[in-house]
This record gives sequence, structure tokens and C-alpha cells, in this order.
Amino acid sequence: MSRLSARVGSPWVWSLFALVMLVAPQLFTSGLSVTMLSQMGIAIIACLSYNMLLGQGGMLSFGHAVYTGLGGFVAIHSLNSYGGGALPVSLVPLVGGFAGMGFAVLFGYVTTRKSGTTFAMITLGLAELVFAMSLMIPEFFGGEGGVSGNRVMGRPVLGVTFGPATQVYYLIAAYTLASVLLMYAFTQTPLGRMLNAVRDNPERVEFIGYNPQRVRYTAFIIAGFFAGIAGGLGALTFEIVTAEVVGAARSGAYLLFTFLGGATFFFGPILGAVLMVLAFVLLSEITKAWLLYLGLLFLLMVMFAPGGLASLIMMNLQMARWRKLGRLLPAYAALLGAGSVVLVVAFALIEMVYHRQLGSSAGPMLLFLGLQLDTSSTRSWLGAFGLLIAAGLVFRPVLRRFLVQWGAAQHEIEQALLSKGGLP
Amino acid sequence: MSGATGTITAPSPASAWRSGGPALELRALHKRFGKTDIICGVDLSVATGERVAIIGPNGAGKSTLFNLISGRFEPSSGDVLLHGQRINGKKPYEINRLGLSRSFQITNIFPKLSVFENLRCGVLWSLGYGYTFLKFLVDLDDANARAQQLMAMIDLSHKRDVLAINLTYAEQRALEVGITIGSGASVILLDEPTAGMSRSETARFIDLIKQVTEGKTLLTVEHDMGVVFGLADKIAVLVYGELIAFDTPDAVRGDARVQEAYLGTAVAESPALAVAKRPSQEA
Repeated sequence: MSRLSARVGSPWVWSLFALVMLVAPQLFTSGLSVTMLSQMGIAIIACLSYNMLLGQGGMLSFGHAVYTGLGGFVAIHSLNSYGGGALPVSLVPLVGGFAGMGFAVLFGYVTTRKSGTTFAMITLGLAELVFAMSLMIPEFFGGEGGVSGNRVMGRPVLGVTFGPATQVYYLIAAYTLASVLLMYAFTQTPLGRMLNAVRDNPERVEFIGYNPQRVRYTAFIIAGFFAGIAGGLGALTFEIVTAEVVGAARSGAYLLFTFLGGATFFFGPILGAVLMVLAFVLLSEITKAWLLYLGLLFLLMVMFAPGGLASLIMMNLQMARWRKLGRLLPAYAALLGAGSVVLVVAFALIEMVYHRQLGSSAGPMLLFLGLQLDTSSTRSWLGAFGLLIAAGLVFRPVLRRFLVQWGAAQHEIEQALLSKGGLP
Repeated sequence: MSGATGTITAPSPASAWRSGGPALELRALHKRFGKTDIICGVDLSVATGERVAIIGPNGAGKSTLFNLISGRFEPSSGDVLLHGQRINGKKPYEINRLGLSRSFQITNIFPKLSVFENLRCGVLWSLGYGYTFLKFLVDLDDANARAQQLMAMIDLSHKRDVLAINLTYAEQRALEVGITIGSGASVILLDEPTAGMSRSETARFIDLIKQVTEGKTLLTVEHDMGVVFGLADKIAVLVYGELIAFDTPDAVRGDARVQEAYLGTAVAESPALAVAKRPSQEA
């Protein structure tokens, strides 16, 4: 491993990341997809900055939207006051960043004194406080309508007006690349490592010369900076900032998707952020029950794969590297087959419930995957429940067999590692 | 650090203390929890370079004493002096920076960091890196060399990248000691370093402790009498929060109060004493 990659990781990975962001809008050219790509970039910065707290520092914050949101508000005010003049539009996200950092200096001083449950509670209270303030101070938060702005300000620089969504996308892509790079670099510094130590065992840290509160506080401020950048980019993209950006739902989404993506690996929250935009924009179009599905996914992840998507990927990669994935394939196929039957039947049931509760004006018939389901007949309900139970009964032994085989392969790898005393 | 010598020498902030004075001094130290006195007026003076074992029955206050010295608890009254400087009321990390480092009775490491990372965390502060995030760990040649060297000393080089949580119990105990000595502190407190180890592991581990604490002031809480008499220059006997004896192993063994209070009246049959006699017979 060269020193460069020990500092900031493989240049190849970064080039690939940059390339993907560069060509993505050429492949997905519709207006919706460019907006979605922009939102993904923003969400990546937000979730990674959140994971600086959750995954790297063990700080379960319920109020990260306070820093993205307030960064967004300050950014849009700065755009309205100085945009295009003293402040180039491309630097507005940085203003958001410094604002997020400032609020993190202020609020973090209180929250980071404690860790664990106390920290979580204080962040929750603070988030509620800020949200309540947003309704009390319309001068800053713009009341119900929020604060709107216009990003096409001043003379264009090199022909860039930031009018077209694609130009904003590339600005976001540049900020995303820089932010991800900097946040990764942070994990390779003394403070970044001590943050991990504080996560693992804050008490021991005190006995090796470090003040864990100060480690948490400093990391919190840095996370606030990147959160603010995300907020500022959001302000530029939508040209409006409303009180909901500091709300509990937004904070909850950062937590949920960072966790889904995987808090134990650096790249996990990137996956989570992409998922977040897909869920919010696409899944919400497909079904009214999208929040329920998200909740179920979160539940399953917490129970069965607490390392998130990233850890699932890494576990499979390890299997592949040890050439054990091939013999797991039959069990995998059976698992996927049985699992998807369970899921489809469960989805059908959920959709039927939603249809009965919300969509009854459209008649009792529900179109699900090309099938006409009659939500008024007892037969279809009994049939669906019966199928679900049957599928569940098939799924259980299949899952057990898969886990046994997986466990055996895992054990072999561990034995091999032990005898070698190191990595493959 | 350039030379790869056997002992770890650090730019200790304690190097300015007046030579010849005690490394650690306790004056009329008191600790009360609610209405219960746990430590009742302990006076103790440990000379620089001395190895002191603290023994006493369960609940005598040995661990509390360590917690008072290392800043985990604040004394109710009395003073703790490190190299002549009053340290009671200071935070654990402030005391650590003054050159006192401790280990814990219950293994206290960083479970999700590798062996190497655990050790590197232990050396960062003493090398002056503080809270910086403007330097890359990989470029800190001195910290990396020292962590490497510590790893060799505690015999865990072959497990460099193994997460601490996946080590065996004895290895975790060794890692704990490695983290403790990493800062190069001149005063080391080890709280039952061999607790839970088998006899052969203990013997090996005591050799390790002797080796890595060479030239340092050492205080250790220990239950194994063989270990105590083999390791310590002096023994402090703590019973119900009071120091009833502080002397050389031979003198302590002959002390009537110790025999009565700690070893029990049936001295001749006491298995503890039988073990304790062994080193002197060899000598």
C-alpha cells in the first residue's frame, strides 16, 4: 500500500467516483433524473457527515437536520443579500458550511458533553427546540412559506449562470467529490482515529491523555460544517428553504438511511444516500405504503444485518475472495426464490390494506403486479393470508439451511486466517 | 524515536521533577461513598523506580485507591502528589499527561480497533499530536515506530490487524498493558494485571511486566502471592481502607499485624503464605 492510498485511499476508486458523477447526467438526461442526481450528491454529503457522528464517534444524533437545515437557511439569506455581487453563487454552499459549523460550535458545546443515551436525548430536545423556533421567528425562517431565492444572480462566470439544472448538478458534484475526499481523509488522521477510540471506550481514552468530550466536540463541529454544505447545496437546488428542513422527519431520514447503507464502513452512507433519494422520489410515486416498506426494511436490517448494506456487500466480497461463494449459490438461489415469494405476498397484503383504507373511492379492485385483487371479498384475504403462511413455512428451513452453510464457510475462512495469523 | 532499544523512553513532562523525591505520595487520603469510609487516611510514599504491590482482602479498597490516584474518583480529603505536584481534583487525562498511566482490573481496551490501532492511540498524546486532523496517521513515523515496538514487546506482532475484540483473554490483558505503557509514563499502575489468567500465563505475563516496566515506578494490585513476592520491592497491605504495613516482602511476612489481619491467625497452614515462602527459599 503506497503512502498516498494510506492517506486518502486508492486513486482509482476516486477516479471512478468522479467519472460516475461526470457521466451520470449524460446517461440519465430527463429533468427528473438530473434533479435526483443532484439530490443524491447532497444526500451523500449529509449522510457521510452524519456518519462521522454515528458510525465513527458512536454519537446517535436525532437532530442532524438542525445543521443541514440552518446551513440551508443562512445560505439562502446570503444568496438573497449578496449573491452574484460580493458572493459568487458557487460559494453559497460554503457559507452554508460555515453556518452549520457555527451552530455546531454553539449547540455541540451542550450536546457533546455526554455520550450514549444522554447525548441522543439532548439532540432530540434541541431538534424540537429549533423546529419550534422556526415557527416563532418568521423573519429568519420565512414562516409557512419558507424563504425563496434566485440562484441566477450577477454576471455569468465563464458562461455559467446556474440557470440550467445540469450546471447546478455539476457544482454539487464538485462539492460532493471534495467533501467525500475530505471526510475520508479525516478518518485517517489522529483525531479521526481517537474519535473511533472514543466510540469504542470513552473512559479508556481519558487514561491515555485525551479528553473524550473535546474529541466528540471537535468532530461534531467538523460534521456540522459538512452538514451545512449539504444544506447550502439544497438551497441552491430548490431555490427555497422551508422549516421542514430542520424538522425531526429529516433528521430521522439521515439516521435511517445512514444505518441502512451501513455505519461501520466509510462508503456505507453513500449507498444509504442513494437509497434515500430513490425511496423519497421513486418509491413514494409507486406506492402509498412506501413509508411502511421503509420501516419494515429498517426493522429487518437492525435485526438481521446491523452493519447495513455495506457490511452485506463486504461479507459477500470476502466469500468471493476466498472462493466460497460458488458453493453457496444453490442455497442463495433457494433463499432468493423463497424470500421473494414471501415478500410479494406480504406486499400484496399491505397494498390490499392500504387500498381498503385509502383508495376505496376507486372501487374494491386493486391492480397488483398485473393481478386484479378484490379487496372486498373474503376469499382474496383468506387466500393472501394462507399464501403468506405457506410461503413463510417454506422460507424458514431454506433460511436456516443457508445460514448453516454460510456459517460453515465463514468458519473455514476464520480458521484459515488464524493459521496464517493475518490477512489473505 | 530513533533507536529500537528495549525500553520505551518518552519525552515525559515529568522529567523536571526534583530527583530523589518520591514519585508518588499519598497524604492522609480519605474517600467516602455516602456514609461509608472506603479509604480512611492512607499515607504512602513510593520512591522513584520502586515496585510496590498492594495487597489486601477483597473490599479493602485497593481498586478505590487506584481510582483516587489516577483521577477516576476525587478524594474526600487528603492529597495525592505526583513527583511532588498535587494532582487530586485533576481529570484522568491531565494526570496521564503528567506521567502517570494505569491499567484496569476488567479489560479496558478499544474492542473494534486493531491491535496496532489500539497501541497507536496510546502513544499519540505523548508524542504531541493532540487533537490534530491536519496530519495523516501514516506519516507519523515516530508514533508508528513506537506502536510497532510496543507490539513486539507484548508479543502481538503477528496479530497486528486483528480487532482487539477477537483476541484471546490473555492477549487482551497484554494489549491492556501495552496501551498503558505506550505513553512512556514514568509511574505505572496495574490493577490485577494477571486476574483470570492460568498459572503458566501468569508466570509469562509477570516476566513481561518486569521487562516493560524496567526503570519505572510501578504500583500493582495483585492477589497471587507468588507474583507479589517475586515482583515487588515493597508491599503495602491495605485492610478496610487502612494501610497496616508498608515494607519489604520479608518484613511484611514477619509482621504480626499483617499475619493476623490479612493472612489469618493460622499462619503455618495458610496456603497463601506457603506460596509466599517460595521465593525467599530460592533466594
